[in-house]
Amino acid sequence: MYVQHKSHAQLAEQFNRDAKRVDWHDETLWLVRIKRDRAASQVAEWEQLREAASQIKNNVLSNLHDYLLQFEQHALANGIHVHWAADATEHNEIVHAIIRKHNINHIVKSKSMLTEECGLNEYLHGQDIEVIDTDLGERIVQLAKEPPSHIVLPCIHWKKEEIGELFHQHLGTPKGNADPQFLTAAARAHLREHFLAGKLAITGVNFAVAETGEVVVCTNEGNADLGVQLADVHIACMGIEKIIPQRKHLAIFLRLLARSATGQPITTYSSHFQKPREGQEMHIVLVDNGRSRRLASDDFRNVLKCIRCGACFNTCPVYRRSGGHSYHTAVAGPIGSILAPGLDTIYLLPLPCVGRAPMFAR
Amino acid sequence: MSSREKILAALKQNQPARQPLPDAHTGRTQPGNLKEKFIQALTDIGGKAVEAQGWKAIAAALREAFPAPAQIINTIPGLNSEFEILSSKFHPHDFRNVSPAILQGQFGVAENGAVWLTNEQMGDQALPYICEHLALIISQRDIIPTLHEAYDRISNSTYRLGAFIAGPSKTADIEQSLVLGAHGPKSLTVFILD
Amino acid sequence: MELILKNTGVNRIFVDGRFSYNLIDMNVGLFIPCYIDQLYPQVGIATLELLEKHGVKVSYPANQTCCGQPMANSGFEHLAHNCNRNFINSFASFDYIVCPSGSCTLHIKEHLHDAKLEAEATEIRKRIFELTEFLTDVVGIQHLNARFPHKVGIHQSCHGLRGLHLAQMSELMAAPFSKPGQLLRQVQDLELISLDRKDECCGFGGTFSVFEEAVSVKMGQDRVADHVNHEAEYITGVDMSCLMHLDGILKRKKSPVKVIHIAEILNSK
Repeated sequence: MYVQHKSHAQLAEQFNRDAKRVDWHDETLWLVRIKRDRAASQVAEWEQLREAASQIKNNVLSNLHDYLLQFEQHALANGIHVHWAADATEHNEIVHAIIRKHNINHIVKSKSMLTEECGLNEYLHGQDIEVIDTDLGERIVQLAKEPPSHIVLPCIHWKKEEIGELFHQHLGTPKGNADPQFLTAAARAHLREHFLAGKLAITGVNFAVAETGEVVVCTNEGNADLGVQLADVHIACMGIEKIIPQRKHLAIFLRLLARSATGQPITTYSSHFQKPREGQEMHIVLVDNGRSRRLASDDFRNVLKCIRCGACFNTCPVYRRSGGHSYHTAVAGPIGSILAPGLDTIYLLPLPCVGRAPMFAR
Repeated sequence: MSSREKILAALKQNQPARQPLPDAHTGRTQPGNLKEKFIQALTDIGGKAVEAQGWKAIAAALREAFPAPAQIINTIPGLNSEFEILSSKFHPHDFRNVSPAILQGQFGVAENGAVWLTNEQMGDQALPYICEHLALIISQRDIIPTLHEAYDRISNSTYRLGAFIAGPSKTADIEQSLVLGAHGPKSLTVFILD
Repeated sequence: MELILKNTGVNRIFVDGRFSYNLIDMNVGLFIPCYIDQLYPQVGIATLELLEKHGVKVSYPANQTCCGQPMANSGFEHLAHNCNRNFINSFASFDYIVCPSGSCTLHIKEHLHDAKLEAEATEIRKRIFELTEFLTDVVGIQHLNARFPHKVGIHQSCHGLRGLHLAQMSELMAAPFSKPGQLLRQVQDLELISLDRKDECCGFGGTFSVFEEAVSVKMGQDRVADHVNHEAEYITGVDMSCLMHLDGILKRKKSPVKVIHIAEILNSK
């Protein structure tokens, strides 16, 4: 089906018809940036960490072939099934085949921008499989039948009154109740039932360690962990660029990630999955989907160093005033404009995002 | 050619000239008083730190915070005279009413208030994530400055699940309002043993 | 006491407790962006007077045109070859090229190439300076004889800030500095105001303001509001293009706040 997209400028113009809402969106995200600045300023060696992380990623990209083989070898030895997907379709088919093998029609999924990129939810929906996004923000946009508008804060464009109304419609909360505490409790109860019923859990991957064959998943809500630990099958989906060489490098990346993302010193949960739980089946899907091609480009290779902290969104003056849905890529915002596979253009406006991204130090 | 071979061939062809791996030990700060830093960091992220003189003190504090009929599940031998020890009679789904689960942590990280533990300390891997409230116990001498020292300690050990847990489960997805207890424990108490 | 400023060929002479300059041998070509030439000639004049006041020998090559930035930024760099050739022909003979615009300076510094005259192009890319960095880094001005009794806010233009590093970027965890600020602080009776967001983009971005009108306008409005809320009488900066954008917004609001290029302030008496 051919879809005539409106341009970013047209969608941004629509977004800007409500100036007060733009101000609210802008201020909310700016506050996250301030939190990041405060957290970063408390680490004396911040810029050194960024530089080290950037160099580690340079090394990874220059040796990705060997690191992936090393990772695969260790993951297999750890009892994990490893799959390779050349593109989004193959990724979706691999995931679907695992689900079908277990005769499951209801799965829980924690945040994974890769599965957004691959359109996994729509694909599985077409196969009559219900996917429940368990991150609160992702569940909200899922109920609203929208894509996330921010990779770390998926429903940052929603006001609490609107979420109250959405929950009233879908979860039966009292009309007019827009208290975040109350709405979160309602979502907790609603999603708890899905966790307890979930036989298969999909997670994304923040880092995959070549040396140990483990994957690390970071969340604040604990939704990835609850999903995985209550399910019989765990599928972790990752882009091939998520590899880092050694376990000790996690220190550098985890020190940067949450501080850059939300200003927290670390996410509540940083879970290292090295071997499946006793009796559990664990799969890792390694996805290329344009990444190996991107690796060849001197101009665009650096984008493969991105750790998806989302700091560039919060500092981007255009993103803050145009909203995540004005972009046309699975990952919105400034980084999304260069991240999307096959997309070889870049918005030419200012570059504060580059000074904030942990990976693009000098 | 399989996708695996195709991807690997493309990578081999497209990856740039080898770049060196930098020294992973660049940039470490040594916070002053590690215990104070840890307590501050944990408090800042919504957790609670309690300094305790011994097992009896911990048991008393837990009894006070979670009076009967709260179901307390314990995985620590030092507390088995006080609280029911985790046994195989439980199904993971049973843990949702547990307040609190008590687990031994391996060490705490002063810069971020995180506690490291592995499946060995969890009893059941679902327990620390599904319980209503969580209590972790670390020794004061096991507080280290940063994540660099943390990975020095973890070294090349193996585990099924290794986890940093830093504070209670939380979300700020609704208008950036912080709410504790998103999906997992609504509170986290870390007991620091002298 | 005589100090030689490294790599600049400039002699700084320490006299009566402050530096004075011996710039007689230095041949500076003045590069005036087209929109300054057409719309803000007073900025070009102020730049010339300011440089001459500090002992710099300045020439203005009359054949200069637009540097080609609008074309290059829109993806038509291949159509800007004649601009490049003309720029090289106009400026290759100078020791330094000085320009009262961060964005045009950055364009030349990063994108001036010529298949036949690449050696000359390379030299020019090394020798071009934005006005304030030329004054602080090459001339080494420590004392300005200027007075401007007003409250002034600095607009940090992105190309100057992030491309030329005229000031520290607020997101970097590094010691702050500001070359325009350093000069403005030498102006008598000038009060520099502080802003909530000290280096947010104004939304001009050249062709961005044409293609992304709504966001461009909103960014400009927000930038103006920050200055107004902190009681600026003037908004100044190193790029007249950003200031032009802000001026349009101020005028629509019928605001008494004015924009002024930094050269005009530094040259005021």
